[in-house]
Amino acid sequence: MDLIRVKNVNKRYKNGVTAIYDLNLNIKKGDFVFLIGSSGSGKSTLIKMLYREEKPSSGEIIVGGINVAKLRNARVYKLRRKLGIVFQDYRLLPKMTVYENVAFALECLGERKNEIRVKVLKALELVGLKGKVHNYPDQLSGGEQQRVAIARAIVNEPKLLLCDEPTGNLDPEMSLEIVKLIESINKETKTTVVMATHDKEIVNKMKKHVVVLKDGRLIKEYEKGKYDDEIF
Amino acid sequence: MKFFRMFSRSFRDAFKSVFRNFSLSLASISCITITLIIVAVAIVASKNVEHFTKMVEDDQTIVAFVKEEFKETEELGKRIQKTDNVESVQHISKLDAPGEFHQDSKDLGVGDILKQFNEENSPLLESFKIKVKDISKIDHTVEKIEKMEEIETVSYGKTTVKNMLAVFQAIKKIAYGAVIALILVTVFLIINTIKLTIFSRKREISIMRLVGASNTTIKTPFIIEGMVLGMLGSIIPILIIIFGYSALFTVMEGNHYIPIVQLITPEPFIYTSSLAVLIIGIIVGMIGSASAVRKYLKV
Repeated sequence: MDLIRVKNVNKRYKNGVTAIYDLNLNIKKGDFVFLIGSSGSGKSTLIKMLYREEKPSSGEIIVGGINVAKLRNARVYKLRRKLGIVFQDYRLLPKMTVYENVAFALECLGERKNEIRVKVLKALELVGLKGKVHNYPDQLSGGEQQRVAIARAIVNEPKLLLCDEPTGNLDPEMSLEIVKLIESINKETKTTVVMATHDKEIVNKMKKHVVVLKDGRLIKEYEKGKYDDEIF
Repeated sequence: MKFFRMFSRSFRDAFKSVFRNFSLSLASISCITITLIIVAVAIVASKNVEHFTKMVEDDQTIVAFVKEEFKETEELGKRIQKTDNVESVQHISKLDAPGEFHQDSKDLGVGDILKQFNEENSPLLESFKIKVKDISKIDHTVEKIEKMEEIETVSYGKTTVKNMLAVFQAIKKIAYGAVIALILVTVFLIINTIKLTIFSRKREISIMRLVGASNTTIKTPFIIEGMVLGMLGSIIPILIIIFGYSALFTVMEGNHYIPIVQLITPEPFIYTSSLAVLIIGIIVGMIGSASAVRKYLKV
């Protein structure tokens, strides 16, 4: 069963730059996919189109049954409630504690306080940060901050977890920890994962479904791919 | 239930935000307070002017003097009563007239002199005191009564009252003009305050968008913040109305120098005016914040 279906998608920016050329891609439910390619290959653009931060110039994108390209601006929030998004720079709120940062995602949706508490603690346990609920982001290491971001991304039990270079700011050990954490979430909760990265070591170690982009085009797809298979 | 929860949360957040950026909020609240004080004064003054105007208008009496030779006053009185727009007719005989004089000008002593006369030698004429139903048609009614052959002359305080009313209307217009100008300035200031609040919360807003908060959820707290600013700005004006007007009324009541001017009794006037000021404050706040949100919160 396909969760994501990308059909003949092109993305051309107003300044004339074409980021994506005629992309076709299907991702199954529960899959773990690495999107790899050098800078400017279109990885981030593709991820942005999946959560409707960008609109494709042409073509179709279906995510969880929703036609993303045709979605009205005012209805984009409905798509985003089914997603969890993790960024390279964590994007935590500095004046809120770990608990409050994760709870924020549920408060925006008007959930009840006791229900929020249960879900937040569950998410924090999953990422191994239950002991740091009252800490502020600046009291945490990079890896811990990213784990908070992951907890926030999964607290609402999304269908799809999008990660845009999540290990970009982390050292090699942390990076592996984080990706293994995301892998365990993928296995336990069957959440589909799409991760854009240019971290060679990680991709080589994990041996997952790999999609290779170059200059905006999908050039190869591997089931258990390795970074080294490609020469950039 | 969900809406109530979100609304009360927005309300709490609005207060938190106001106090967190207190110096910024204080600038807006001060401006709103000054505007609303002037609005309050304008409301109280114009309501009193209206009240007084109505009193004066209601009191407009026509006095119709009967010709010397005509004696059938009762029948004439009935005819006048039947005339269009006549509310009531009161017959003032020659002998009653001095009493009326006495009533109107106690200190002049004319009444005492006139009391000397009797039915036969009184220089005064029989008269009717006529009250009209619709004050705007009074000229028409006067014309009709003047035309009656038994009537010598008709008098009513046309010019004086009309001038006074014109002055009051002018005062009202100036007051409204000032109020509108001030409200515009205040709205402008609130727009800027909320704009700054929006910019300072850009991070939060972008994360709210990413986790799937609807546009309404994102906009509502800011609009409520504008309303809260309006509410806080109306506190001092309301206190001024409630305590200031009551004090003013007490002072004026004991004052014999301006007996004509009668203020509206404080209760429930001060409460209705206070409510009006509060509502204006909230609406002004809401207009300002809604404009800022529309302009600066990208949808």
